[in-house]
Amino acid sequence: MDILRFITAGSVDDGKSTLIGRLLYDSKNILIDQLEALEKSTKNKEAGSIDLALLTDGLRAEREQGITIDVAYRYFSTPNRKFIIADAPGHVQYTRNMITGASNASLIIILIDARQGVVEQTRRHSIIASLLKLPHVVVAINKMDLVDYSQDVYNNIVIDYSNVAKQLGLPDITYIPISALNGDNIVDSSTHMDWYEGKNLLDHLETVTLDEDINLTDPRFQVQLVIRPQTTSLHDYRGYAGKIISGIYKKGDTVKVLPQDIESTITKIEIAGKEVEEAFAPQSVVLHLEHDIDISRGDSIVKSDNLPKVSNELEVLLCWMDEKPLVPGNKYLLQHNSRLVRVVVKQLEYKLDVNSLQKQEIDSPVKLNEVVKATIKTASPIVFDSYEKISSTGSAILIDETSNSTVAAVLIK
Amino acid sequence: MSNYHLNYLEQLEAESIHIFREVAAQFERPALLFSGGKDSITLVHLARKAFAPGKIPFPLVHIDTGHNFPEALAYRDWLAQEVNATLTVRKVADTIRQKNLTEPRGKFASRNWLQTYTLLDTIEEFQFDACIGGARRDEEKARAKERIFSVRDEFGQWNPKLQRPELWNLYNGRIQKGENVRVFPISNWTELDIWNYIRKENIPLPSIYFAHEREVIEHEGQLVAYSEFVQLDESDKILKRKVRYRTVGDMTCTAAVESNASTLDEVIEEIIATRISERGETRIDDKVTEAAMEDRKKGGYF
Repeated sequence: MDILRFITAGSVDDGKSTLIGRLLYDSKNILIDQLEALEKSTKNKEAGSIDLALLTDGLRAEREQGITIDVAYRYFSTPNRKFIIADAPGHVQYTRNMITGASNASLIIILIDARQGVVEQTRRHSIIASLLKLPHVVVAINKMDLVDYSQDVYNNIVIDYSNVAKQLGLPDITYIPISALNGDNIVDSSTHMDWYEGKNLLDHLETVTLDEDINLTDPRFQVQLVIRPQTTSLHDYRGYAGKIISGIYKKGDTVKVLPQDIESTITKIEIAGKEVEEAFAPQSVVLHLEHDIDISRGDSIVKSDNLPKVSNELEVLLCWMDEKPLVPGNKYLLQHNSRLVRVVVKQLEYKLDVNSLQKQEIDSPVKLNEVVKATIKTASPIVFDSYEKISSTGSAILIDETSNSTVAAVLIK
Repeated sequence: MSNYHLNYLEQLEAESIHIFREVAAQFERPALLFSGGKDSITLVHLARKAFAPGKIPFPLVHIDTGHNFPEALAYRDWLAQEVNATLTVRKVADTIRQKNLTEPRGKFASRNWLQTYTLLDTIEEFQFDACIGGARRDEEKARAKERIFSVRDEFGQWNPKLQRPELWNLYNGRIQKGENVRVFPISNWTELDIWNYIRKENIPLPSIYFAHEREVIEHEGQLVAYSEFVQLDESDKILKRKVRYRTVGDMTCTAAVESNASTLDEVIEEIIATRISERGETRIDDKVTEAAMEDRKKGGYF
């Protein structure tokens, strides 16, 4: 059994909440008392019907206004897999939330209304999926019941979307015709669409291969904290605790500590106090080195034969997430895994239109939900890879030191 | 499948350990809020792993309502010794006396809400800047929206509309003086994940999690332990039933489940088979209004 984290993209009208509700309901992950609460709050009471969309609205304001204002996380499982759904609103003003939800997902379900086909919103969701390099995409063509379960309608949408996908270079796309409202091809295969020979949605989610999503070839590790118990029995103990970001580490490996640029050898690897011969991503471990080196939080330990980049200047995409606009020349804090450094946003090159992927000239302040290409200068060197190569060493956040808010998602080029 | 593969419990464990280490690195005075329930017991187990072979670098703090199960209190004291952690206990009864608060009345008078006062006072007393708790997002609708690092203002209040975006596994724990952060390392675990992990790791639990004979009264279909804290009506009958607890909170607001499950395997089997959620089955305090939890969290509740 493993874990699949996915995000659903679509607006209320696309039936996103209904889809999630249907997944939970048909896979028997909704319990009696939750169902009773649901029945109570279903407004339009037709005999026996419940509004599955209500399952996902968490806060009072959301229930009252019928909107989703934030990312919510849902959990369900089958005997084969545990699922974590990031349920994020999909309107343009919520690009921030979508990026937040997508940042921890390895699969995205893009909902398309069969009556409308590929629309601007579909394109935006796909662009976000491609920006964040989500490895798996499911295009769920919903409301098939409203187009008489027509294969032609489905085929045309598949052709249209393939063009979008090609443009964006999206990998691993699966198309599924569904009706979230009626439960067609969600957990049970539809009896209305004999022409569709693929898997239903849950089958697909249960079987999509996740092994390759974890990078085991490029060893990356950043020190979270130094463990020094300083007790009589552990007087000289000094271990570097952190999570292996990618790759495999073995006892005896020749490593380099960056940015210090000092070579050493791994003498011991521990997991929860127990010694192991090797460890791999995403395990949380403690590494021990042969030499006494001044290492602290934020420093990287990598293999000498596979080095990341080290630089004071980064080319980045910034997804702006704060109400206060970005002020070029301002200082911010960059949190890059466990490293925190002061940075200056130097140059803004262009604004990326999230609906068309077109580069636009920047003629006004960069506002909430906008994506810009920028150059940032850091107060001390950053050890990184491009987001494209290793997402966890190629991503960071910007923090406004005066408000402590997280103001931007940073994707390193 | 390669050998370099973590199963789902190992993945969850690695993520939680990462969060614990972030807390230790980012904050000066963290505390682990310990209730004696299975979720906070799991937290202690994870914290121990995160900092091994060193000891857990923060105290366990218990806000004692005075309505706890004696078994849970005994376990708490045993565990603190076992892991060699500092245990700090602050009592709601003392807050009530010092602040002249009004004790709630009624059949199952619960001090659950008053806990918040004691908690906020304790945070102030020790200047805790991070409080680690065992809340899970699958427990309840409002919790589904909670961040892993959740900033609270100086009144301990949660503002769901002003949450920081939480991207990748980057946790922004920066706060102003007076604010604190509630940290939830097991946010992504479900009830069943916790039970499966307890079984896998062989974590001892307080005895009340397993079937035992107990004097209970029946109230609106739920079985509540008979204790000095519950006011009996004339119609109440004290029954002897074989029960276990699915959650452990106060004696006044936690209901028992009829059960013969005396081993972990049997308990897990029953939980898989049940069609009622954890809170729905065992918590009396969440039923008051649909937004009960949301309101309590906004007011500084854990």
